[in-house]
Amino acid sequence: MTANGWIQILIFCAIIVALVVPLGAYMTRVFNGERTFLSPVLRPIEIGLYRIAGIDESREQHWIMYTIAMLFFHVAGFLFLYALMRFQEFLPLNPQGMTAVAPDLAFNTSVSFIANTNWQNYGGESTMSYLVQMLGLTHQNFLSAATGMAIAVALIRGFTRASSRTVGNFWVDLTRSTLYILLPICVAGAIVLVALGVPQNLNPYVEATTLEGAKQTIAQGPVASQMMIKHLGTNGGGFFNANAAHPYESPNAITNLIHMVAIFAIGAGLTSVFGRMVGNRRQGWSIFAVMGILFVAGVVVCYWAEASGTTGLNALGLTGGNMEGKEVRFGIPLSALFAVVTTAASCGAVNAMHDSFTALGGMIPLINMQLGEIIIGGVGAGLYGMLLFVIIAIFVAGLMVGRTPEYIGKKIEAKEVKMAMLAILILPLMYLGWSAIAVVYPTAVASIANPGPHGFSEVLYAFVSQTANNGSAFGGLTGNILFYNITGGIAMLVGRFIMIVPAMAIAGSLAAKKSIPESAGTFPTTSGLFIGLVVGVIVIIGGLTFFPALALGPLVDHISMIQGQTF
Amino acid sequence: MSRSKPMSMMDARILVPALGESFKKLNPRSLARNPVMFVVAVVSALTTIFFAKDIVTGAENVSFTFQIVLWLWFTVLFANFAEAVAEGRGKAQAESLRRTRTETQAKLLTGTDRKSYKQIPGTSLKVGDVVLVEAGDTIPSDGEVIDGVALVNEAAITGESAPVIRESGGDRSAVTGGTQVLSDRIRVRITAAPGSTFIDRMIRLVEGAERQKTPNEIALNVLLAGLTIIFVFATVTIPSYAAYAGGAISVVVLIALFVTLIPTTIGALLSAIGIAGMDRLVRFNVLAMSGRAVEAAGDVDTLLLDKTGTITLGNRQAAEFKPLRGVSEQELADAAQLASLADETPEGRSIVVLAKEKHGIRERNLAELHGKFIPFTAQTRMSGMEVDGSWVRKGAVDAILNYLNGSPSPAAGSAVRVLQPTVSADVVREINAIAEAVSKSGGTPLAVAKDGRLLGVIYLKDIVKGGIRERFAELRRMGIRTVMITGDNPTTAAAIAAEAGVDDFLAQATPEDKLRLIRDEQAKGKLVAMCGDGTNDAPALAQADVGVAMNTGTQAAREAGNMVDLDSNPTKLIEIVEIGKQLLMTRGALTTFSIANDMAKYFAIIPAMFVAFYPQLNALNIMNLASPQSAILSAIIFNALIIIGLIPLALRGVAYRAIGAAPLLRRNLLIYGLGGVIIPFIGIKAIDLVVTALHLA
Repeated sequence: MTANGWIQILIFCAIIVALVVPLGAYMTRVFNGERTFLSPVLRPIEIGLYRIAGIDESREQHWIMYTIAMLFFHVAGFLFLYALMRFQEFLPLNPQGMTAVAPDLAFNTSVSFIANTNWQNYGGESTMSYLVQMLGLTHQNFLSAATGMAIAVALIRGFTRASSRTVGNFWVDLTRSTLYILLPICVAGAIVLVALGVPQNLNPYVEATTLEGAKQTIAQGPVASQMMIKHLGTNGGGFFNANAAHPYESPNAITNLIHMVAIFAIGAGLTSVFGRMVGNRRQGWSIFAVMGILFVAGVVVCYWAEASGTTGLNALGLTGGNMEGKEVRFGIPLSALFAVVTTAASCGAVNAMHDSFTALGGMIPLINMQLGEIIIGGVGAGLYGMLLFVIIAIFVAGLMVGRTPEYIGKKIEAKEVKMAMLAILILPLMYLGWSAIAVVYPTAVASIANPGPHGFSEVLYAFVSQTANNGSAFGGLTGNILFYNITGGIAMLVGRFIMIVPAMAIAGSLAAKKSIPESAGTFPTTSGLFIGLVVGVIVIIGGLTFFPALALGPLVDHISMIQGQTF
Repeated sequence: MSRSKPMSMMDARILVPALGESFKKLNPRSLARNPVMFVVAVVSALTTIFFAKDIVTGAENVSFTFQIVLWLWFTVLFANFAEAVAEGRGKAQAESLRRTRTETQAKLLTGTDRKSYKQIPGTSLKVGDVVLVEAGDTIPSDGEVIDGVALVNEAAITGESAPVIRESGGDRSAVTGGTQVLSDRIRVRITAAPGSTFIDRMIRLVEGAERQKTPNEIALNVLLAGLTIIFVFATVTIPSYAAYAGGAISVVVLIALFVTLIPTTIGALLSAIGIAGMDRLVRFNVLAMSGRAVEAAGDVDTLLLDKTGTITLGNRQAAEFKPLRGVSEQELADAAQLASLADETPEGRSIVVLAKEKHGIRERNLAELHGKFIPFTAQTRMSGMEVDGSWVRKGAVDAILNYLNGSPSPAAGSAVRVLQPTVSADVVREINAIAEAVSKSGGTPLAVAKDGRLLGVIYLKDIVKGGIRERFAELRRMGIRTVMITGDNPTTAAAIAAEAGVDDFLAQATPEDKLRLIRDEQAKGKLVAMCGDGTNDAPALAQADVGVAMNTGTQAAREAGNMVDLDSNPTKLIEIVEIGKQLLMTRGALTTFSIANDMAKYFAIIPAMFVAFYPQLNALNIMNLASPQSAILSAIIFNALIIIGLIPLALRGVAYRAIGAAPLLRRNLLIYGLGGVIIPFIGIKAIDLVVTALHLA
């Protein structure tokens, strides 16, 4: 570990902390329907959109209607995307003449993009036409992120409202998220990326002859526009197979930094939106602190593990850490940081090969995802996922002050606990369950590149990543087979929507409740104690579910490495 | 209730029957009420089958499997035992209640004039029947006195041996079946159907037969069931992972891991905690009609307390004589004493005492005086004495002024009042000023007049109960607002409120005001507790989230409330709140402890489970347990024994301290959270040493 490395990490953290307040303030105004500095330009467009779609923006929805609207919207999005991939050879903007995507891969990919996962069982430059990339994938990148924000805001409204039947209007929240938040940032960001060397064109691929005389095909495309939303919306689906390690996606350390900041920006800002909307900004900071502690702990372990390298290499005199699978232009600290950021935030973009990380270094991304993507988390999804954990934490320990547990003036009762538990237990069911099947199913086992515990980690990582809607790949596993396409698709759907529906049910239930004023007997939720408690509950409850699996994967891997055995 | 022989939870009279109960509770239907323990019982049965198969096939490690099976069943039995012990005292109480409820004969009054009666069994009485109860009779069922006054011994339900007066009309008209009339005769209209009398309900309550899961208990059960399901996923996937690694895991070991991980500690003790909470109230002589009410007590935000009897001593006392200008204090004291000589109310006695102590006025002999006592009536609002053509009166200031001015109809003995003296405006102004000053300091002014001359004011002071201020400060730290309810005028009320340290007061309160206050508080999302006894309290008692009816109160009040205080002591509301909080805290503490325990169990079992095919994982054996088998056995033994170890805590409850939520949470998190992480590491290691020393594994 070097001072230089720590400074780079600190700069990143400082930028994120600095962004929380301005972004939070701006987004709060947007979701409350208040005027912002962009309103003169965007408000007419917004009104126009409502008029075309026949939406009355003042009409709010019951949580069930809100959820049904969201689900219908996704079914339509899925069908559109699936059709686009299946028929891409007949559609324009296909200079490379890409043929139809196979049905199972198209299913997996469509699910992957509507669920904000962006798991890629395909190589972008070798499978998808420009039209699919732009109209299908980039489009869903925006909408799945906007959906996450809409759900988070609906849940926040559950806390802010008392004796209310409604939680907002899905169409309005979706439109505002896209129009006022995602689009402006992406337009500005994409221009900056282009200036920093990221291509943005519709040209055919370029043929080049290398110095050795070999022929090389260099892929082109509208990269910059997809890059921005891919990170800002915590989507992570790369334009190229190599994702953010590809020099066209991220040519230098500055673009790398922009990517990382974009991944965390909205998720961090939403904690502030939470605090502002519930009328106590410290509530938002508490949530941010919980996320911050877990994040920093992950960075420290991961950076330390990568910088320490492996016992085997050190014995050969190759000190200076583990550079296998990392880009020289990013180095160890930025690769470790990126890995933690992208898995903490449900993004799934990668700038290094996670499979090549040390056992412990690679375990951190795995744990981040297994916790359910709540450390900053996916856009919106991180906040509502975290709030589910807070509900459980409050319920477990809140009784210890001698009152029915309450959070932000709302009593936490059987219904909330039931829904939160449902959302939380669906995660281990998916990733532990599918992994258990995969590791004994010969066809699935054949896809594993490395034998032993490391191969186990590869399978586990694949299902964890898809269930948690992260989309990053450990690597080493050949995912594009029928088994992984279908099982992964199910994992992504369940991981996304069986999380959203309970969260919405909680939103509706909370909104209908009375709001209890705070008193000296109220469980304090803005103190260091509360922050520590939530961290503890996340680590224990989250950790308990996957400790056996971790023991058989990364932990065995790590201990073996110390003993000089590698897989 | 046998209060004379308080039974400890750990009494052999409870423990021995509880042992038998533990086995009876293995009945699947009773186990199914508790999802966690039901699951443990199912896997225990499963393991027993595997064990039987092992014996038949002559497999290795039969002794190990046997021990696991044994401890799994112990886990279930310990949970049953905890519940049985908690129920034990209630059962004993119910027995003694049943004994008191001997088969009684009722004297049912018949005919239109209800003059004659016929003897029928008490159990065949219907609602609306009227019975005659005479001295020595046991009241056959719950009812209301419609005629007569009687001394009633209610020791059977309250444990209090001093008899109480029950009379028709007013707020003391309710009588309870099973109590005994000691003197006089009363006519009682029956208000309870057979089988649903107060004593029947009490038996069912203390027995726990009517115990339903409370909202918080349901929510907690959902959480525990959820955790159990998560651990099902965590354990059933292990064999597949092991197969991939080229190993195999025995089902018995998997079950051991599963049972140690699921929250058995809290699962086993949950119902015991609830029963013990109710029992704590019963021992406190408060009957909660539902567990929900006990829970609500812990959540209370606002306490409505009647001034008289709760905040102040029931009786006001004379504190000072305040004469008008030109009247000596001695003269006023003398007249006041004379007016109060025959007044047997505590206020009247206190005036005589003050005159003697402060002004040395000897108590005159009533008989020697040949005076005529004028008693207090609601119409005149004054009392006094007439001696040898001279008269004295004391009473409400306006009543005395009116009397002196002769505006109302002359009171009894008006023949003496030959003259009709009028009071000058100056004097009226002066006496009103004195009266107001008295009111402002929380007192009640009583004007005194003698022979047509106004002398001054007696300052009757409300005596705030000792230590009540500290109690209210404590409540404030708990986050509970106290509101004093009084019929006094706002000035007096404000002064007493300030002296007692309540947060707010409701002066000149009518029952409607009370009800409105409760509704307003509830609309703000607050939970309200109050106590009351009168029939006009009934709507408010029913509206309040916690309504404690006094046992001396009317039947209507007792039915409207969700708790009945057998001692009729309104101050108890504060303790009721504490018991409610204690109940919730105990659940939270043991849940936290239970979940925190899992960390150590993983470190014991995971390396033991996998070490056969991944020897590297012995690095996780941080407790350095002797062998894989002893590790697994130690974990499961610890898991079972901790249930027994925590039974006393579950029954006693976690101590509540009024130190505010934040310090309380810090304290409990430290003890039960951090303690829950650390203790099993020590416990499992210690058990491992024993297991190894005894060569059990």
